[in-house]
Amino acid sequence: MSLTYTISDKTKKILFAMMGIGLLAFVYAMVRGIPIQRVWANVLVNIFFFMSIGLGATFYMAKKYAAEASYAIVYKRVYEAISGYLPIGALMLVLFLIAGFLGLHHIYHWMDKDVYNPASEHYDKGIAHKAAYFNPLFFWGRILVFFGLFIFAQRTLRQRSLEEDLTGDISLYKKSITTSAWFLVIFGFTAPVIVWDVIMSVDTHWFSTMFGWYVLAGFWCTTMITIMLFSLYLKGKGHLEEMNDNHFHDLGKWVFALSVLWTYTFFCQFMLIWYANIPEEVTYFQDRLGAFGYRPLFWIMFFINLLLPLIVLMSRDAKRNATFLKIVGGILIITHWLDVFVMVMPGTVGANWRIGPMEIGMGIGFAGVFLFVVLNQLAKAPLVVQKHPFLEESKHHQI
Amino acid sequence: MFKEASIREPLILGDKVSYHQITEDVARSVEGKANKMWWGAFTIAFIAMLWGFGCLAYTVGTGIGAWGANKTVGWAWDITNFVWWIGIGHAGTLISAVLLLFRQRWRMGINRSAEAMTIFAVVCAAIFPVFHMGRVWVAYWTMPIPNQFGSLWVNFNSPLLWDVFAISTYFTVSVIFWYLGLIPDFAMIRDRAKVVGNKMNEMIYRILSFGWSGRVKDWVRFEEVSLVLAGLSTPLVFSVHSIVSMDFATSIVPGWHTTIFPPYFVAGAIFSGFAMVLTLVLIMRKVLSLEAYVTVKHIEYMNIIIMLTGSLVGIAYLTELFISWYSGVEYESYAFINRFSGPYWWAYWSMMTCNVVSPQLFWFKKIRTNLMATFILSLVVNTGMWFERFVIIVTSLHRDYLPSSWTMYSPTWIEVGIFVGTIGFFFTAFLTFARVFPVIAQSELKTIMKSSSKMFKNKNDNHHH
Repeated sequence: MSLTYTISDKTKKILFAMMGIGLLAFVYAMVRGIPIQRVWANVLVNIFFFMSIGLGATFYMAKKYAAEASYAIVYKRVYEAISGYLPIGALMLVLFLIAGFLGLHHIYHWMDKDVYNPASEHYDKGIAHKAAYFNPLFFWGRILVFFGLFIFAQRTLRQRSLEEDLTGDISLYKKSITTSAWFLVIFGFTAPVIVWDVIMSVDTHWFSTMFGWYVLAGFWCTTMITIMLFSLYLKGKGHLEEMNDNHFHDLGKWVFALSVLWTYTFFCQFMLIWYANIPEEVTYFQDRLGAFGYRPLFWIMFFINLLLPLIVLMSRDAKRNATFLKIVGGILIITHWLDVFVMVMPGTVGANWRIGPMEIGMGIGFAGVFLFVVLNQLAKAPLVVQKHPFLEESKHHQI
Repeated sequence: MFKEASIREPLILGDKVSYHQITEDVARSVEGKANKMWWGAFTIAFIAMLWGFGCLAYTVGTGIGAWGANKTVGWAWDITNFVWWIGIGHAGTLISAVLLLFRQRWRMGINRSAEAMTIFAVVCAAIFPVFHMGRVWVAYWTMPIPNQFGSLWVNFNSPLLWDVFAISTYFTVSVIFWYLGLIPDFAMIRDRAKVVGNKMNEMIYRILSFGWSGRVKDWVRFEEVSLVLAGLSTPLVFSVHSIVSMDFATSIVPGWHTTIFPPYFVAGAIFSGFAMVLTLVLIMRKVLSLEAYVTVKHIEYMNIIIMLTGSLVGIAYLTELFISWYSGVEYESYAFINRFSGPYWWAYWSMMTCNVVSPQLFWFKKIRTNLMATFILSLVVNTGMWFERFVIIVTSLHRDYLPSSWTMYSPTWIEVGIFVGTIGFFFTAFLTFARVFPVIAQSELKTIMKSSSKMFKNKNDNHHH
């Protein structure tokens, strides 16, 4: 029952093995001659998926401050640690985008200079129209500024939380509310832009005003699942003594509610595009439901993401049962990963997709890096905050 | 007992707080006599309502031609008002259901009046599409009833039909939820009437309170049903305005067909709903001397929600604007250029100023805790949200695909009269409510007295020091 978490040697071995599998997946891809486009597309899926969890945890952390919420304080360190992945994830994403600009991959059609040149045979009127938006200076300016601000907020909130443990100074808490407030504004206005830039622009011609909020709902849900799974893991190891069924019940409710929110955004986007049937818009779903062969994956992803939490997590008892939560969480993590997969693949490799050893191995590899970073963050500080003003309320949280 | 963190501000003020004091304060407005201010306000509202009835009668007698709508702008003033009222009718259920699920204690000072407002607003909203049908006496044709009744089978593909279902469901559940909360409070008035021997009141409130006995068994059921209804209402808060938005978004009219519409309408609805709650509650707490129960902290929380939802709406405006350009679809781009620089530019910029810019003033704690500023801004937001619907509906329609059919729209005095009438009805209903129903959910409020009132918090803190 200790307040500190240390990564055991066994865990370390597992993590390194996971990362090793990731590397092997690359080797496998080279040896088997898997098209490089497919490899890069997978890299994007994994980079974005895990980065978005770090970003989601930062959002959750800030939201707790701004809403004066107390229930989650006993597991505050868990989401703090997860938010610690944001800088790493953002760095990977930036490197990926640099690689694109250097011409190492062709995930983004709009990075190709010829499409803007009317003289070229690759000239694309639709993309040339967007030239101002995809202007490299503007693009890099916003990506770096947005992520810079996100990371700054994440570091600041974490730093203050650690400091608060030592001093118990109430002004730290109050300052964090201010930081959270400006972060939430920036996040609200810029997170959809990042989603357009990194994911929506894969299908360069396509557009949907809902897309930003749709992806956001998805990664918010994934974030809550991740927080839940890490808490369960630590609880299983005998940590987080003060965290009880009431807190897990809350986390279960979050997963339930956000799964419904995700479904809501999915449905609204899908239904409106399907109903209006405008060629410019409907291509997106034709790619996913047509000849490219994503149809089973697409519907499996959708129905599991909706029905599994809806049916299983409806009952109070299930939300207070670690086994249920682990099973549902474990499956949903994979199906939400599939959601990102189905966002990226059709626009990059079309029908040339597969979920084979390369995809699975690479997913495990990235998960290894993610777990390694988060567990290290957990090991760096006491597992329960010491002097947060709402700690007592959180300990006695009862629903 | 649950002890709140000491840094939380109290939600019940006053130095002499007791269960009895709360009862007295809440029952006063029901048991006492109305003053001149109330009668004055009631008379004005009632006349406005009658005026509206007259205009409705004129519309039915003459036909929809009495309105300014034309072949190009087929939806205008009426649907603007419909969506405006429906939006206002969102805060009540959000406060009663969503804030209950989130266990927000501050909901208890305001939920009753917010729910009442919701119900009256939905009634106002329903008037517009019903009368726009023209032949109101066959309004039941909107229901899927067998053909022998002379109807045509309804079109299930139409979002207008979904609207009928969504709004009637929402209305039903809201009324039940509201009434459920009222039962123990009616019983309180019944019991007090019995003590003083007011036979009339005793009889009325006995019938209204359904034989509430206040036993533990009653309370257990009460709480269970509240939670179930909260669970049912939460998706309804989303569904109603989502489906209202689909009236527009399923079409292929530029400016209407955009996927962000459903959540953006929901955010806008909560935004306008809270503004109207503030408008009413700020007056109510003053007139009925309920400042101890609807505190400045309550006002501040509502202002923060307005700031949040106003910003969400702002994100949606900018997203739409940006994507209309990004998409490269010329009709879509033109719809938006026409919005901000066309003949109705003033509506667009009123909307932007009132909805996106003005709520940002609430970033200043001075402003969001200032009652006068809040009152003015709540009116500004309500105006802005009316303009939003006007912008979406009229500016998108008045210049459609065919320039030869481009036209302008302006309302007739009949249409304006109906709108004035709905406002009259709304206030008539609310003023009546404030006289005959307990305006604060006193039984719920009493549950937080010992944890969140100023007096008890001070007492608790002194114990531990």
